[in-house]
Amino acid sequence: MAVTLQQLTKHDDLLAGGHRACAGCTGANILRQVLLTAGRDTVLGCATGCMEVITTIYPYTAWRIPFIHSAFENSAATVSGAETAFRALKKRGELPVARERINFIAMGGDGGTYDIGLQSLSGAMERGHNMVYICYDNEAYMNTGIQRSSATPFGAHTSTAPAGKVRQGKEQHRKDLTRIMVAHNIPYAAQTTPFHWRDLAAKVQKALDTPGPAFINVLMPCTVGWHFEMALGMEMARIAVETNFWPLFEVENGQYKLNHKPKQRTPIVEWLKAQGRFKHLFKPGNEAIIEELQRRVDADWEKLLREAGEPAATPA
Amino acid sequence: MAKQEQVSLTGNEAVAYAFKQARPHVASAFPITPQTEMMHKFADFVANGEVDTEMILVESEHSAMSAAVGAAAAGARVITATSSAGFALMWEIVYVAASLRLPICMALVNRALSGNINIHCDHSDAMGGRDAGWIHLFCESAQEAYDNALMAFRIGEHPDVRLPVMINYDGFIISHTADSLRMLSADDAWKFVGPYKAAYSVLDTENPITVGPLDLTDYYFEHKVGEIEAHKRAFDVVRAVSAQYGALSGRGYDFFESYRLDDAEIAIVLMGSTAGTAKDVVDAHREKGVKAGLLKLRLFRPFPAAELAKALAGKKAVGVMDRAASFGAWGGPLFTEVRSALYGADRQPPVLNWIYGLGGRDCDLRQIDSVLERLADAARGKSGETVNLLGVRL
Repeated sequence: MAVTLQQLTKHDDLLAGGHRACAGCTGANILRQVLLTAGRDTVLGCATGCMEVITTIYPYTAWRIPFIHSAFENSAATVSGAETAFRALKKRGELPVARERINFIAMGGDGGTYDIGLQSLSGAMERGHNMVYICYDNEAYMNTGIQRSSATPFGAHTSTAPAGKVRQGKEQHRKDLTRIMVAHNIPYAAQTTPFHWRDLAAKVQKALDTPGPAFINVLMPCTVGWHFEMALGMEMARIAVETNFWPLFEVENGQYKLNHKPKQRTPIVEWLKAQGRFKHLFKPGNEAIIEELQRRVDADWEKLLREAGEPAATPA
Repeated sequence: MAKQEQVSLTGNEAVAYAFKQARPHVASAFPITPQTEMMHKFADFVANGEVDTEMILVESEHSAMSAAVGAAAAGARVITATSSAGFALMWEIVYVAASLRLPICMALVNRALSGNINIHCDHSDAMGGRDAGWIHLFCESAQEAYDNALMAFRIGEHPDVRLPVMINYDGFIISHTADSLRMLSADDAWKFVGPYKAAYSVLDTENPITVGPLDLTDYYFEHKVGEIEAHKRAFDVVRAVSAQYGALSGRGYDFFESYRLDDAEIAIVLMGSTAGTAKDVVDAHREKGVKAGLLKLRLFRPFPAAELAKALAGKKAVGVMDRAASFGAWGGPLFTEVRSALYGADRQPPVLNWIYGLGGRDCDLRQIDSVLERLADAARGKSGETVNLLGVRL
């Protein structure tokens, strides 16, 4: 489904300005893009984290739709409760405003989704609630001070797995959450970024229109945690896709579809070198870490091509 | 007074009937012994079309309370139930439910906390949540569990209160024991409980609200005062709802039950099923000419300190029995509250403490007899330990 900028500009901007996002934050862009697509008849619940903190410092709120925050690890369970209440109240004709349909969106950062909220998310997806879970993945616990999460890339410097004299940042690869969600056999799962706003809007619309649970993983470049120039957030999202670190794909009823195929392979170094969190990888002696990252990106890309029925990148 | 059916039910079944009669929109549930049977029974009602509640069968108690919060914030009447470790797991969101002023009704089927793991009754689970902002009702029998479960909706949903309510009843002793009780008809129960109109709903997309914002140094305290004040207002609501229920059912309730207490010289204070045993022992002492009495606390939160102090004023000795330990504290939680309520009160009696029945250890007639004997000694001025253990091998 094609989404045009012209269409989106006609929609109400449902996230008020004046929120407390950092200069250069791409998370607020994600929220705006999601809300432009979802519209007013939407209930959104967000886990504790950057997006909750920047939008709701009492007595102010940036949300022009109903919003609920409960805790860090439970946005999926919380929204599943609201969605169930919608069905229960509708059945008895007791809705506060008559609606055939309301969009239910749960959100969380990677900490609230990959880590502490994974159980709550898994349960809500398995139960089949008619809701969309959107993870804004900035690859670490940014709100609490850039601690390592299971979404943090291999080799990245964080405050709990820092690069030092004898250790060189995170020593594990990140968890592949999107595929974990695909393994729940939900009708729709996808990956996108705010740079690819047309792709993001189309995926949000598709997820909302899909009956049952849907999951969208959105890469959210973070100027503070990744240490790049604050004007470069969207560029970081673009390069992440062009290097195949964060491919744009969707899985509908188990069918993988690649939404963007880079014209040529951009080495992962192009993404790493703009970010301070990978600075130490360019010191002599750390070449193997970059090689390992590249090896993993290539292997994951080959796997995705196979799953999406695309020709292999490097013929066997 | 309404016509009622005499039935034989376990405590869990009785509460399931009460919950069915309150017609909740949503029930969230996760299994844990000894609460399970209650939700089995309720699920049967749903499966048979006796109530049209939507059930959310979550993957943990943390999600059970989270889903309950989400549903209640959407304006639904919500029930859930748990015990012990399950309550401990939901603890974080138990506070959120009260803070968001969501009148969720929860059966807390009291069971010892781990470790070591133990499935039997004590009140350590409830005591862990005593500061969470919920209204706590405690029950002596299946009848009281049924009655309190019905009243819980009216109390919690009252506009002056708007707080979640916990119906505490003793694991196995009440939950799994068949008891004889009187039950209201579905019509009478519904007339009493009535429909629920939420104060706010996140489903009102025409009037969007933000629920659960970040609340910092400039407002958080005032919002906590809102909860403090709601607990103060709850006293009148508990009394009014209980009086109305008493007129309907013939079973009157107050903050506590005074059993042969008015002219008693020595008195026991406790909560839960042990009250039944204690009444027998009080009777036996009365027959011997000892002026013994019992104060069975029903309303633990808010804590009716003034009324309790008045009821115990002038007693020669008071023994508080705690079915929970507060490790490192001077006595059990109920003891410290009762003693604090009496401190500086008119004709303040000496107050002793017994910790009993941990992990389901049976509390028999002899144990309570020994408490009354010791209180009689204290009344005569004989000194001894203030904090004591009961029914334990040392």
